[in-house]
Amino acid sequence: MERNSVAKLLQHPVAKPLVFAASLAPFAYLAWAAFANALGANPAEALIRSTGDWTLRFLAITLAVTPLRVITGQNQLLRFRRMLGLFAFFYGTVHVLCYAGLDMGLHVGDIARDIVKRPFILAGFTALVLMAPLAATSFNRAIRALGARRWQRLHQLVYVVAPVGLLHFWWMRAGKNDFAEPAVYIAIIGALLGWRVWHRWRGEAVKGTLPFSFGRPGGR
Amino acid sequence: MPSRHSRAYPLPSPSEITPRAIYEQRREFLKRMALGVAGASLAGCIESSAQAEAVAQPKGKILLPGTPSREPGAIATDTLTPYKDVTTYNNFYEFGTDKASQAKKAGTLKTRPWTVSVEGAVAKPRAFGIEELLKLAPMEERVYRLRCVEGWSMVIPWVGFSFRELAKLVEPTGNAKFVEFVTLADDRQMPGVRSGVLAWPYAEGLRIDEAMHPLTLLAFGLYGEVLPNQNGAPVRLVVPWKYGFKSAKSLVKIRFVEAKPATAWETVAPQEYGFYSNVNPAVDHPRWSQATERRIGADGLLQAKRPTLLFNGYEAQVGNLYAGMDLRKHY
Repeated sequence: MERNSVAKLLQHPVAKPLVFAASLAPFAYLAWAAFANALGANPAEALIRSTGDWTLRFLAITLAVTPLRVITGQNQLLRFRRMLGLFAFFYGTVHVLCYAGLDMGLHVGDIARDIVKRPFILAGFTALVLMAPLAATSFNRAIRALGARRWQRLHQLVYVVAPVGLLHFWWMRAGKNDFAEPAVYIAIIGALLGWRVWHRWRGEAVKGTLPFSFGRPGGR
Repeated sequence: MPSRHSRAYPLPSPSEITPRAIYEQRREFLKRMALGVAGASLAGCIESSAQAEAVAQPKGKILLPGTPSREPGAIATDTLTPYKDVTTYNNFYEFGTDKASQAKKAGTLKTRPWTVSVEGAVAKPRAFGIEELLKLAPMEERVYRLRCVEGWSMVIPWVGFSFRELAKLVEPTGNAKFVEFVTLADDRQMPGVRSGVLAWPYAEGLRIDEAMHPLTLLAFGLYGEVLPNQNGAPVRLVVPWKYGFKSAKSLVKIRFVEAKPATAWETVAPQEYGFYSNVNPAVDHPRWSQATERRIGADGLLQAKRPTLLFNGYEAQVGNLYAGMDLRKHY
């Protein structure tokens, strides 16, 4: 398809609602399956694991926006980045709520002990906590209040969130010596972060955004 | 091969021994009893549509009757885990690491012909064909709790006999201090064996007194039929007071040895899995607490997990095996 027609599609008024609906679909399916008892023999485990998977997937999709935009020249892709990043935080929050509610019975003391005692829980918890300020400053007024530069620096936290989230997944699977799945996520997110490093190393400022930034403010 | 519907399912009527609420939860189980008793064609339809679809068993179901065991502790009174959950949620890394897909993947396992060689520190080492093993001692029905190290549990009606019935035949010598149990590792039948998750073949081990304990079971069936492949066909070990991974599946070799054998999980992650691996709520796995467990098919999604019992509730039967041992050190 021609570049212009792709840009038109991306700008279409229903594009954003469509991406929103698609991003919510995994959650809708899991909610339905939980009520319909369609999550297999251990629904709690299925919910905790799949919400964790979706958190990492949305982190990867969000981090893919800028490389894709630069490589394809489709600047309209930026319109979706904020929403995708917020979905990463949304699935991360649901993941933590499933763990806290289904695995720990919402016992605050047990959860606190678990975080302190187990490195992989601490890593996952840290990743979510670091995502919170990004979600909290994702609206336009926050960007103006912070100023573009400071906002950008703050949102570079995503480069910490992604590796810490991957570490959480890796450590969890280390218990079973089973790294096949974490390796796939590490390869994909590693490539997306590596692309940024490569650009900075070549000294090329990526047009319209700092090479290392989460993105230009206000990807409306 | 006995006919599919010719046999009464050989447990005492649960209504005689079980509170009504629990009894009613056994409808899955009772449906299966009705299959055996009535042999009605309608019931046959229920089985073929509801269960045969859910379970990969290429050769069809073969019944394997057993009489209720008289060993103390051998018939747990807990509600049975539904057949569907028992046969569709399995750890069997020889077929990959996904518990939900083993029922389909394990269809490639060929369970006939099958030989189990028994060797090592025994007066009469020899190989047993599976048909011979099946006739070696009377088949017993045993309802055991199974506690997985991952924090979930099931209640399964196994069919088999005590491992010591086999051991007696080969006459262990004084040098037999441990027993090693080895699972088949054939990458043509078991694609998971090509992965590096474990060092194959899967091997497990017990101290000789643990192996000779009457509750240590050689299982050939569950729910009154031969083991589905994903549950460890055609013969497996079941050690109900230890975490599930100690109960090696699809056995091809049993060795009586003098030195403590290297076991599969202890080899790849010694800091996480010990040789003994007795169920113990007071000794955490490094990655999660072992104080509680989720009973598959019984506990609701929002229900609190139930407390895990020392030795999985078999302390009365096996506690004396570990008298004076530091269970934190020998985890």
